Amino acid sequence: MTGSSKAASKGVWIISGLVVLLLILHQDNWNWESDTLVFGFMPIGLFWHACISLGASLTWALATFIAWPFGDDGQAFQENNQQEAGK
Amino acid sequence: MNDLQPGLPQLIIILGYLAILLLLGLSSSLLFKGTKKDFQVASHSIGPFFLLMSLFGTTMTAFALVGSSGEAFKEGIGVYGMLASSSGIIHSLCFFVIGVKVWKIARNNGYTTQIEFFRDRLDNDFIGLLLFPILVGLVIPYLLIGVMASGTVIQSLTAGLSPEWFEATKPDGTIIKALNGGVPPYLGSLMVCIVVLVYVFFGGMRGTTWANTLQTMVFMVLGLVTFVVIAMKLGGTESLFENLKVLGESIPDDKATRSEMSKTKFFTYLLIPLSVGMFPHLFQHWMTAKSSSSFKVPVICHPLFIMIVWVPCVLVGVWATGDTINIPPTLSPNALLPFLVKKLTSPILAGFLAAGILAAIMSSLDSQFLCIGTMFTNDIVTHYKGKENVSDRQTVLYTRSFIIGIVAVTYVLSLFDPKSVFALGVWCFSGFSALFPIVLAALYWRGLSAMGAIAGVLAAIASWSYMFYQALQSDTLRTYVLDLPIGEETYDVMPVVGMLGSSLIAMVVVSLITPKPKPETLAKFFPAQ
Repeated sequence: MTGSSKAASKGVWIISGLVVLLLILHQDNWNWESDTLVFGFMPIGLFWHACISLGASLTWALATFIAWPFGDDGQAFQENNQQEAGK
Repeated sequence: MNDLQPGLPQLIIILGYLAILLLLGLSSSLLFKGTKKDFQVASHSIGPFFLLMSLFGTTMTAFALVGSSGEAFKEGIGVYGMLASSSGIIHSLCFFVIGVKVWKIARNNGYTTQIEFFRDRLDNDFIGLLLFPILVGLVIPYLLIGVMASGTVIQSLTAGLSPEWFEATKPDGTIIKALNGGVPPYLGSLMVCIVVLVYVFFGGMRGTTWANTLQTMVFMVLGLVTFVVIAMKLGGTESLFENLKVLGESIPDDKATRSEMSKTKFFTYLLIPLSVGMFPHLFQHWMTAKSSSSFKVPVICHPLFIMIVWVPCVLVGVWATGDTINIPPTLSPNALLPFLVKKLTSPILAGFLAAGILAAIMSSLDSQFLCIGTMFTNDIVTHYKGKENVSDRQTVLYTRSFIIGIVAVTYVLSLFDPKSVFALGVWCFSGFSALFPIVLAALYWRGLSAMGAIAGVLAAIASWSYMFYQALQSDTLRTYVLDLPIGEETYDVMPVVGMLGSSLIAMVVVSLITPKPKPETLAKFFPAQ
């Protein structure tokens, strides 16, 4: 296993852990019956889940840095396309 | 403008919006290269921004605007966690785990449809014949919902336009005041079908992607504008923040919490968004990506976009349960947003909101029409005639012909007004989710055999049919749940748990005892690292 594939494999484990954490936090039984209004207007159950959406976005942003499965392959495929078009 | 005939400003805005879409579709056709690859997957030329907008537009239907506020009105704030934040996690997971990998394999092997991939991966022709009617059968109710909803939205937001020509009555002959004079659904749906048909027919996937991008921007912006305008009207003060506070405090406790919602149903709803991994129209959109890196922006932004659209709509829905406005007790939850817009805002905003809702509907319809046309062409005609016997030009012609056919069939079916189709939405999603283990295993498990995949598909469809029949018999299509007894307690779980579980078990067990695909086939899909 090369250094970069080792790093990517470690990245996959980190992202898997974060996704599982998000799924656990998604089942927020502790907010189930709370009528607290965050900032005076947003029910906490809604605010919590909006934060889960933000957390998901950050997790996937991290995934693009540490666990992305492929390099930039677009160039190779574009060249292939141009060759096919030229035939 | 307020002196104009009621419903006319809305109709003018709707027609203007549809004209813009037609122009966009026809402009995109100027770039059409005449090849199959260009028509079906835009020559794999779509970059990150267009991919984000088209994937988001395709996954968000009218439900994102109208259904979210309606469901929140009925069930409270819990619908955001059940339907939106869960999708934010799971949709991006599907793009990341399934989309990127399948894109790479499909690009290397020239696939456009799921069935082309499964036939090759499993070295089996029958899997295609089995999956084809299931995938098409699960997409058609989804298409019908879109076509019928577009007619209903146009009618309700143009009400008052011409009571003499467009009388809306109940079966007993009494006038339906909220709809009377509005453009009737058969005409509204026809307009929408023709516009979508024209831009998909001429522009193919490029036209669809451009139109989806515009439509996604339209419904996101209009959703936010509607939210602010409604908050300012309902709150009654000059400051938006003060209004938000007044409205927040007006929400009854049962809607500001999830006290009425089952925790196990909420938890098992997490499996529904897995459907995205098996949507055939999404698969085709994945194939348009220029490179695997094009997926990065959609993977990151999809949960954020869901939040931007859903949070305001859910808040509007729960505000309507408070004491700041009187909602007629007979009002259907899905009519809540059009009702609030009509009551609280100007005809102009009502017209723009209609355009926004139609944008959300059409951005899914177009991809589904194109995808079914592509499946008929690639998986049936070209597959059985032989690729070498069908030219690029013929493929484009067949795809266009099938698109015309499927638009016509869907429109005619919508005329029968099968209202029960609306209850089918979650069942279609559950069906696709039940097939999720098959695509996951095809990509990551060398041990998946053709027989295993076939057994998994059959188990998914058998369990789906059994539960659907039970729900029909008990007239509980919308509320059907499985009872899971653990100890002395019984828990409600979504039927998708049973469907996905049976598909997974059948697939694994049968794969373990039946012959694996040939080594050369496996080498093609699992190259040595």
